[in-house]
Amino acid sequence: MTTRAFQKVYTKIDNITKATITLRATGVGNDELATVGGRLAQVVKIMGDKVTLQVFAGTDGLATNSEVVFHGEPPVLRVSDALAGRFFNAYGEPLEGGEKIEGEARQIGGPTVNPFRRLQPSELIATGIAGIDLNNTIVSGQKIPFFADPDQPYNAVMANVALRAKADKIILGGMGLTNDDFLYFKQVFENAGALDRIVSFVNTTDNPPVERLLVPDMALTAAEYFAVDKGEKVLVLLTDMTLYADALAIVSNRMDQIPSKDSMPGSLYSDLAKIYEKAVQLPNGGSITIIAVTTLSGGDITHAIPDNTGYITEGQLFLRTDTDTGKVIVDPFRSLSRLKQLVIGKKTREDHPQVMNACVRLYADAANAKTKLENGFDLSNYDERTLDFAREYSKKLLAIDVNIEIEEMLDTAWTLFAKYFSKGEVSIKQELADKYWKA
Amino acid sequence: MKTLGRVNGIISNIVIAKVDGPVGQNEICHVYCGDIRMMAEVIKVIGDEAYVQVYDSTRGLKIGDKVEFEGHMLEATLAPGLLSRNYDGLQNDLEKMDGLFINRGSITDPIDFDSTWEFKPLAKVGDKVTAGDWLGEVKEQWVMHKIMVPFVMQGSYTVKSVVAAGTYKVTDTIAVVVDADNNEYKITMVQKWPVKQAIRCFTEKPRPSRVMETGVRAIDTFNPLAEGGTGFIPGPFGAGKTVLQHAISKQAEADVIIIVACGERANEVVEIFAEFPELVDPRTGHKLMERTIIICNTSNMPVAAREASVYTGMTIGEYYRSMGLKVLVMADSTSRWAQALREMSNRLEELPGQDAFPMDLSAVISNFYARAGLVKLNNGATGSVTFLGTVSPAGGNLKEPVTESTKKAARCFYALSQSRADSKRYPAIDPLDSYSKYLEYPEIREYLDEHIEKNWVDAVNEGKVIMQRGKEANDQINILGDDGVPVEYHERFWKSELLDSVILQQDAFDDIDANCPIERQQVMYNLVLNICRSNFKLDTFEECSKFFKDLIYLFRQMNYSEWKSEQYDNFLKQIETLVNSKL
Repeated sequence: MTTRAFQKVYTKIDNITKATITLRATGVGNDELATVGGRLAQVVKIMGDKVTLQVFAGTDGLATNSEVVFHGEPPVLRVSDALAGRFFNAYGEPLEGGEKIEGEARQIGGPTVNPFRRLQPSELIATGIAGIDLNNTIVSGQKIPFFADPDQPYNAVMANVALRAKADKIILGGMGLTNDDFLYFKQVFENAGALDRIVSFVNTTDNPPVERLLVPDMALTAAEYFAVDKGEKVLVLLTDMTLYADALAIVSNRMDQIPSKDSMPGSLYSDLAKIYEKAVQLPNGGSITIIAVTTLSGGDITHAIPDNTGYITEGQLFLRTDTDTGKVIVDPFRSLSRLKQLVIGKKTREDHPQVMNACVRLYADAANAKTKLENGFDLSNYDERTLDFAREYSKKLLAIDVNIEIEEMLDTAWTLFAKYFSKGEVSIKQELADKYWKA
Repeated sequence: MKTLGRVNGIISNIVIAKVDGPVGQNEICHVYCGDIRMMAEVIKVIGDEAYVQVYDSTRGLKIGDKVEFEGHMLEATLAPGLLSRNYDGLQNDLEKMDGLFINRGSITDPIDFDSTWEFKPLAKVGDKVTAGDWLGEVKEQWVMHKIMVPFVMQGSYTVKSVVAAGTYKVTDTIAVVVDADNNEYKITMVQKWPVKQAIRCFTEKPRPSRVMETGVRAIDTFNPLAEGGTGFIPGPFGAGKTVLQHAISKQAEADVIIIVACGERANEVVEIFAEFPELVDPRTGHKLMERTIIICNTSNMPVAAREASVYTGMTIGEYYRSMGLKVLVMADSTSRWAQALREMSNRLEELPGQDAFPMDLSAVISNFYARAGLVKLNNGATGSVTFLGTVSPAGGNLKEPVTESTKKAARCFYALSQSRADSKRYPAIDPLDSYSKYLEYPEIREYLDEHIEKNWVDAVNEGKVIMQRGKEANDQINILGDDGVPVEYHERFWKSELLDSVILQQDAFDDIDANCPIERQQVMYNLVLNICRSNFKLDTFEECSKFFKDLIYLFRQMNYSEWKSEQYDNFLKQIETLVNSKL
């Protein structure tokens, strides 16, 4: 942003911390942007004539006489159809040069959709992955994260899901993405010939961490443009939200706020909810679906970040390597899609809910049998059969490299039931068993 | 003259205003950001500086902007026409708002002030009345909505005139009362009440003595909720808190249901918006929406209004209670409200208590729960507010401050367990950890003896022992192996599994199983209990597990069948045959 005529330039900064500066200024609005020594900053606190700004790129090298210019408005994104196919940084500026986007300037982090104007999500998003479609069906307008350890292929799975999901637009919000992963996304989208459907806002590990705070709001402002104005089905990918939360903690720490659990700010829940709740099914047919990644440390979901996320999102998907088959699977026990009830057995075949439950129950029996085996006990005939079932279920259905239609998943499940169990053991409503049992 | 102020500091949604006159704690004010007028509440005063929490985003607000103090606390508008509305935390009607987004400073009327009602007088000229006494009634949906002497009127009055039966606007004067000094007071159908104060227009608050049916077996049979009682549901995410709350709100035997969606997902509220206008209350044949009021402050709506939302809900509940009605107030989730308090206390730089929550958290929660209860009104009628809240403990740890504070305040505890949820045993109410203090009340015991059967509570406790012994047996089996324990251990374990599968587990998504009336619960429980009391001829553990698995299968089918239908009887016969074969 260049300096405009008659704009007041301040040249005396009172305090500098690692992420914030404080100076005396008047006529400043809350949340307003400013340029501090050439870097972008945002007003976070005003006390009388003392204004505190958070400097996104960090304050290294800033001096007390650095120039401060206020922009008179909060962060904005220029929106138009020209966003499609482009890559931007956290401020919404094009990466790798390229022309700036012309269009209406919209404030990011805008108001909430009136809950009464929302529609109930009801459209299934098919991904071809049975661990999702069969057990944890995703619905348009839903928000759901992958809970994954850093060594798991979550970005690859997410890229796959995005491409198979038949969305009108895919918006990638990358926070603390390694350059390699960024290039991976770019390449996958390019190879699929999908670049024109994709808008990316990327903060890589090379960029300052506090900049990440802008990425989700930028991505969602673009998403709202396509969903609300254009009535399109938009899929937003946010990776990695744990790094976003870490950036929140850095800022709150610099502002001397009292941390709550796990050194996270007390407002973590609201901060995350503000982002995830942008997922919506709109009356005009447009929708915003959010698939995010929250990396865990050592699988610990009681940490404040995954814990708060779990209370906000509509379920979560766990990736795990199945030691029996060596495949990465979507864990049927810990994964959950809360909105699946809206579509399974309604938009999919009638037997879907019961088949899904029976599979998971039998898989749980197999897990018990395995524990027995490990503890050195004899297995009953039923135990043996559940173990065989579990192996095949894992390979043919749970593995993330499976790509089949939902009907085929259901048929596969019935085949497995008949192969290993009696009707009584599977315990499905009789009329369904009579109809679909593979004799 | 209104007190005026000027903005002198902004920290997120806390605004510090320099004021030119008196201000009160919790007084409502309006902060002007350009031409946007945002509501706010005073939460602290230091000298001539008032700290106010703004119920909206303070983006763009500047030093020197105008603040106008209103001279009253946050109030709810109480009048006919509240039922089946959808409010935000400050009682703005969401349905009446324009546009897709909720813009800052959006204000809509809580009721339609032009609406007319068919009024029937109940009081006569010369009657002595006090606050809360019924002057007349109108029919709102299918509820007889009483028009009362406003709760704020202290002392006693004499009715000077009451209008004749007929059609009146809510704002028309329907009665005039005079006090001892002959001052006249005109009364309309509308009154206001500050939400943070309890409405105390009743003569006594007796102990709860009746059970409120919810159609959920794990609650009604095992740990019943009393009418006018309090309960809470803590559970980690994914344990089914919301599904359980929705089930209760659909099925509970109450005249008015108030659902406070407090800091939770918007799609969950949308589900209520979508379903309730369609669903029919089996007891009355009316649409569920007709008896429901929704107060919604979803997680992305302003944090400060979250606290207000639970109080607004409770105040409306107390209002309907004063009409002699049975009200159920539900809040999902009270943890979000506690978090809102924490955010505020943090910004005010107060010294924090445990987990950075404010020190008075426990007191705030117990004060709130204490507003529920069964009351005897001035005219001898009874009304009740039953309160059920959910708690979302951080990390699923029940030792955190919100759960612990709530445990002290609520009488029923429905612990949702992660391990039950993981194995898809829904509702995931833990049979051993959960409790209902009401089972110990002699009044409730008597009620159950009379309404279900003699010594019902003893039978319930027997079931709890079966669950406990089953768990112990299972632990032994896991340690010593299937062959390492006598077959009785297996039998004991499987009896608890039978009780668990047939009574405690319930399919909230099945049309028939979702709602189990108390008569059916009684029959099913006795059936299962009789089996648990019997000794079977089972020689091996394999025979034992097969026998019980077959039984569970048949019982499940029975739960899915319409009560006393041919199908139901058929499964019942099969069960009897199977049981007799092993006796």
